[in-house]
Amino acid sequence: MQTPAPFGYERATSVDHAIQLLEQLGPEARLVAGGHSLLPMMKIRLAQPEHLIDINPLAAELGSISIDGDSLVIGAMTRHNDLLASPLVGEHFPILQDAERVIADPVVRNRGTVGGSLCQADPAEDLSAALSALHATATIRGSSGSRSVPVRELHVGPYETVVGDAEILTEIRVPIRNGCGSAYEKVERRVGDWAIASAAAVVWMDGGIITDAGVGLAAVGADHFVSPAAEAALRGQQPTEDVIVAAAAAAAAECNPSTDQRGPAEYKRHLAGELTARALRRAVARAQGGQ
Amino acid sequence: MSHDHHNMVSVSVTVNGESRTEECEARMLLVHFIREKLGLTGTHWGCDTSNCGVCVVSVDGQPVKSCTMLAAMADGAELTTVEGLETADGLHPIQQGFMECHGLQCGFCTPGMMIAAKSLLEQNPNPTEHEIRDGLSGQLCRCTGYHNIIKAVQFAAEKMSASEEGASA
Repeated sequence: MQTPAPFGYERATSVDHAIQLLEQLGPEARLVAGGHSLLPMMKIRLAQPEHLIDINPLAAELGSISIDGDSLVIGAMTRHNDLLASPLVGEHFPILQDAERVIADPVVRNRGTVGGSLCQADPAEDLSAALSALHATATIRGSSGSRSVPVRELHVGPYETVVGDAEILTEIRVPIRNGCGSAYEKVERRVGDWAIASAAAVVWMDGGIITDAGVGLAAVGADHFVSPAAEAALRGQQPTEDVIVAAAAAAAAECNPSTDQRGPAEYKRHLAGELTARALRRAVARAQGGQ
Repeated sequence: MSHDHHNMVSVSVTVNGESRTEECEARMLLVHFIREKLGLTGTHWGCDTSNCGVCVVSVDGQPVKSCTMLAAMADGAELTTVEGLETADGLHPIQQGFMECHGLQCGFCTPGMMIAAKSLLEQNPNPTEHEIRDGLSGQLCRCTGYHNIIKAVQFAAEKMSASEEGASA
């Protein structure tokens, strides 16, 4: 039987209370939301927090999806299935629903949260790539107030984020700009598994030209889940097949996959390129369809 | 590691309509709480890694892998386990489907499979075969090859929509 090591259990009743508990209990305390990443790690003792602060009671406070000005705001406690089912998300950023469809399975998606996935910072995590490609920002709150960090600066390494010991990720803000098209492509060994490789593509188009782009990669060792070289190859260009293939090649060259039980590095590099091209073609088609 | 009183929790749930309160260690997983504290062993405990889905129970109306949720997190929740499927009118249409269509062989995956199938049909009363396969993709079965499970869910869907029409007629 796999059982976590003993820990003290606390239940937060508000965001402020969660921060207060984090300050009081110190750096060996962890927040737990859906628990579908943290609890498995605790069972095999890869994680052994002394205290768990359950933030599920904050689902109402932090679980909504809304439009605020020119941003889509996704509460950190939004469950994966709620992101998948949200008409607002589908209208503005189909990439997030492409990604959600291939995150774990429907039962796991009932519990797992957007914020939990981002803070777990698994190098193969799908939303990290998708939200980085979308140029989203994360709102992080501590006792001295809130700060805003681009999602592409949220991750400092595998399983490590800039969220401080006594801070909590509260929401993700995705800027809404005209002419946007987005798509996500993933290859996994079996349904519900982590990616062997995956690619997120976002283009913003005006008059047939890509004015801005986001290219995200998961599971292939891309710094901060993105490929700036691929993005540079797209900006200011018409979305021709040559441009897409060149951007995909740049993404494949820039990432740094490693060989593991999911496959050899060269296979993953090939996938990174191919999936970037496929995602870009769909993103462009969606941007043009929406114009 | 602290071993103060915070390591023990009191968990109150409504399970299959009955209110129950039990003390347990904070680290106790919901699946073990249901089996050992509530004495409901119909819920099975399988892979321990949230892959196989045999431990699925309904928590506040949604199927959840109970090996990956702390019992403490279920405090105040309404649980339905396989024991709660049958009503005064007899077996639930999903149970009838699994029986009629031979939707099980060894039966180990069946409790989780039926709870997940029930939720699927509540959200989508008339699913396509693909939607059933997708909806049950978090449940593993090593016996049936899934074919008869799909038929069992289709049987239940027809039966439930027929009784729905009967009720509204």
